[in-house]
Amino acid sequence: MTNFEDNSADIRDGEEYFYLVKVQTTSGFDESPKVGPVRSTAQWFNRHRMNVLVITLLVSILVIYYIRRAHAGDKLFVRKIAGLDAIDDAVGRSTEMGRPILYSFGLSYLNEVWTIASLSILHRVAQKCAEYSTRLLIPQYDPLVMSAAQETVKQAYMETGRPDLYDERDIPFLTADQFGYAAGVDGMMMREKPGAVFWQGYFYAESLILAETGHSVGAIQIAGTTSVEQVPFFVVACDYTLIGEEMYAASCYLRPEPQMLGSLKGEDFTKAIILIFLILSTALGTLGVLLKHFLNVDVLNILFGNIVQWLNTF
Amino acid sequence: MKREIPIVITFLTGVLCVVAFFVPHPPLGGLQQRFLIWYAIVAGFTMILGLDSLVKYNIKKIRQRKQGWQYSYVLLFGLVLILVTGFQSWFEYNTPFELRSSFMYTYIHIIVPLQATMFALLAFFISSAAYRAFRARTFEATLLLIAAAIVMLGRVPIGKMIWDKIPVLSDWLLNIPQLAAKRGIQIGVYLGGVVMSLRIILGIERTYLT
Repeated sequence: MTNFEDNSADIRDGEEYFYLVKVQTTSGFDESPKVGPVRSTAQWFNRHRMNVLVITLLVSILVIYYIRRAHAGDKLFVRKIAGLDAIDDAVGRSTEMGRPILYSFGLSYLNEVWTIASLSILHRVAQKCAEYSTRLLIPQYDPLVMSAAQETVKQAYMETGRPDLYDERDIPFLTADQFGYAAGVDGMMMREKPGAVFWQGYFYAESLILAETGHSVGAIQIAGTTSVEQVPFFVVACDYTLIGEEMYAASCYLRPEPQMLGSLKGEDFTKAIILIFLILSTALGTLGVLLKHFLNVDVLNILFGNIVQWLNTF
Repeated sequence: MKREIPIVITFLTGVLCVVAFFVPHPPLGGLQQRFLIWYAIVAGFTMILGLDSLVKYNIKKIRQRKQGWQYSYVLLFGLVLILVTGFQSWFEYNTPFELRSSFMYTYIHIIVPLQATMFALLAFFISSAAYRAFRARTFEATLLLIAAAIVMLGRVPIGKMIWDKIPVLSDWLLNIPQLAAKRGIQIGVYLGGVVMSLRIILGIERTYLT
């Protein structure tokens, strides 16, 4: 052994440490001479995160480039997202039936990105509700999200010229317990019989309990989650589902300003680059195995191994 | 100024967190952790807001005699009970989480069974959802039905009794096509998260400022 990297959590910067190699032999133990003292110091750059830096810079450059292009007047195409187009219909249907609308953030907290994305969707739903004078219920799991939701709804009602419709008691805090929340929302749905239900946020095992109850009261349901494990449950139980990134795209879709669309385009372009990289890496890996097997050439295998190692450093 | 100051704070905080992610040297190292502690402190205080909202909502329900108003009494009683047992246990044992305490008794014998009951409902909901999802009305739905049947049979011993390749097929379905789709969605989610964060840091996304 010529190199050793000590990754123990209890290493303290500035303290002196000595190292030795102790080997168990048949007759007892053998020890190498002590090496040291050595001191650890905090580094100015974490080299293990170089891959993250490269990808972050790539995404940032592409996003800024496309925002500038959008500002310059380029027409940027965004495909239709059925779940977001259905918002107006869902609110309209609920209004015609004389039923309220229920909106849930699931078990989201305010420091999570999907909660911010969900607030954009809530803003649009609240505007429509104010326009049609439909009651909007938003049971809450987290008090901070509750405050943000109350402010968003209040603002949307004011923008539509109906601040009189706003009642903060329609956005109540229920509980910070997962199944307690599910029970509370289910009870609310059974009593109030909403005509439309929006599940927009992060959900866990309670997703199907909520969505199936929504289905049983005959509500049109539009779900959106970045939780990959819960997507199938929503797809089965709801009328529309925003899958993963579609939820993040919602604010751009609902407010198609140049800089919003530009950022979306930058994201799509990065995805295309990642896709090409994945295809090329797969081809490289496969070719490496074939070359090794038939010609005993190891170059591509080593190159592929290095790429995988670089990706795995984080 | 009402909009500009929060945007500046968001920008500086965001940039600091990004830089701190790559620079472990003090004072930047551990900054993200410190921000999370601040968030936890603020979030702790907002629980009072939550309590206020919960009590107001249920008192309104009782006053207006809305459907199920009787249950609001149960909720308010439960709220007081858990607070009283929590403080009582704290005074008696210096912590409410002592197993012999009244707080833990309430938690273990009332809250845990209630949580388990709600979780158990999932079994019935999965059955009804599966019934709707697996109706072979289209080619895709038929494929889903066949794949689901193989995966379900592969998870139980009877699957192996029917044909010993069923568990292998089930594992292949889970590890290759299913995982590929899942990872495809995950790449989109992570990228979307990065771009959304960038929009927030650059002040393009402003919905949260309403």
